[in-house]
Amino acid sequence: MLNEKASFKSTAKAALYLLPMLVITITFNIWPIINSFLMSLYTKYDFYTDKVSGWGFDNFVYLWNDPDFHLAVRNTLVFVVGVVPITVILSLIIALLLNQVKFISGFFRTVYFLPFVTSTVAIAMVWNWMFHSNYGLVNYFLSWFGVHPINWLTDPHYALLALIIMSIWKSLGFNIILFLVGLNNIDHGYYEAAEIDGANARQRFWNITIPMLSPITFLVSVNGIIGSFKVFDEIFALFQGTPGPGKADLTIVYYLYQKFYTEYKYPIAAASGVVLFFLILLVTLVQLWYSRKHVHY
Amino acid sequence: MAKKLSKVLLYLIVILGAITMLIPFLWMISTSLKTAPETIAVPPIWIPKSLQWGNYIKAWNEAPFGQYFINSIIVTVVTTVGQLFTSILAAFAFARLKFYGKNILFVIFLGTMMIPGEMLIIPNFVTLSHLGLIDHYGALILPWLASFFTVFTLRQTFQSTPDQIYYAAKIDGASDWKYLWQVLVPMSKSTITAVTVLQVIGSWNAFMWPLIVTNSDKMRTLPVGLQAFTTDAGTQYQLLMAASTFVIIPMVILYIFLQKYIIAGISKAGLKG
Repeated sequence: MLNEKASFKSTAKAALYLLPMLVITITFNIWPIINSFLMSLYTKYDFYTDKVSGWGFDNFVYLWNDPDFHLAVRNTLVFVVGVVPITVILSLIIALLLNQVKFISGFFRTVYFLPFVTSTVAIAMVWNWMFHSNYGLVNYFLSWFGVHPINWLTDPHYALLALIIMSIWKSLGFNIILFLVGLNNIDHGYYEAAEIDGANARQRFWNITIPMLSPITFLVSVNGIIGSFKVFDEIFALFQGTPGPGKADLTIVYYLYQKFYTEYKYPIAAASGVVLFFLILLVTLVQLWYSRKHVHY
Repeated sequence: MAKKLSKVLLYLIVILGAITMLIPFLWMISTSLKTAPETIAVPPIWIPKSLQWGNYIKAWNEAPFGQYFINSIIVTVVTTVGQLFTSILAAFAFARLKFYGKNILFVIFLGTMMIPGEMLIIPNFVTLSHLGLIDHYGALILPWLASFFTVFTLRQTFQSTPDQIYYAAKIDGASDWKYLWQVLVPMSKSTITAVTVLQVIGSWNAFMWPLIVTNSDKMRTLPVGLQAFTTDAGTQYQLLMAASTFVIIPMVILYIFLQKYIIAGISKAGLKG
């Protein structure tokens, strides 16, 4: 009864359990995945009749030649590079500090994690107000240090920086939690053994804590990179339905949204989705390769 | 002495960091209780002279926030319950049942988790518009009724329950169905709570998909409605901040009460990689 092998009967039974999930995933996940690859190759497509009358790589050629798409890729990369390293380092530092704090540590954790549970749109409204050039809190704080008011949301030179600042603030909590879990999982025996061997606090930190945290650091970085590649909600809400002044915050997903939703160029939008897919795939492959070689488990 | 000093420094940094994290929230609440001239006072006022609770009523009445709330609640509840149901069944099949093609199916599902969801928006929009479900609860709910992430997490928990309990239930003549709902599900309560809470937060805050599949006030969820409200509110920041506050509050309350489960869920989700 229990160790029996799969049979026709047991498969039929499992199928019943899997059915509801399968119906949904096939319709809304698996078929669309195939479909969006196909759609990126449509050159003549009529949405209303769902008729395709031409195939080819024209959409990718279009992307290759579209300065907007270049800008979107560049902005996305700048965003990733601007957000991920700082977030990882800051959240590691805060996690290390929180790990030392005994007094009301629960309260601190709650506070740092709060942005994670709040609606991106709602909090982006708040940041929109804080970045206000005349009455915003950010410029007010900067004025203490003699900085002249910055047009955070209307000057193309600062608009991407504003998005980066908000995104770092928003993503810290999630990473801090992961680092705290990682710190808790380090066996205390290592520290005791090192102490007996006469290692000082700094040596223990660099030779135990950092290497033992490397899987988490790695995971947090990869999660961060993949998440940042897909940034959209923050931009839409912070710049009130525009990709920033002079398209300063046009990212790949925002480009996809524009082509799809405002210009009705479905195949081109699908092609930009495929490019996003390959970028993320590349990150995942690098992750696999790197973690085999370098991450200490 | 040096030890004491470093302790003070430690707390100082942690407290400064916490204040930085809190400032946007405090500023939001503070602004929401100000009069219009107070919002643009220089230097900024933190505590308004008299608290303008009326801003909340005014904001609530200037856009159909009641309808948005109802929509968000319907979408969140139906999505969460439905997804939990499909996931529990599927996770049980993967954890306990034997069937042909199990490994292949599992690998395919794992593969789909790597696909950026943004890629699926276009084909799903096409499917749903051909079904006539755009600007309908159907479009807001249907695609989210299954989540492989939830299946994966539950399967892990189901597998970790001792085999003996399953054998014992079987010997007592319980069917698999009965065992699942009367033994396994109650035993996995904490994991189920964790995935449920994460799902609720995700649904409540979802923006891009509801933005794309709704066109009318009648169907908009809170984040989309709030975004639309910025056009009406213009520069009345006290109203915008009041509206932001009541969008954020339900999840903050949920978080404060269920923090333990959320953090457990995050660690599970994150550490699996």
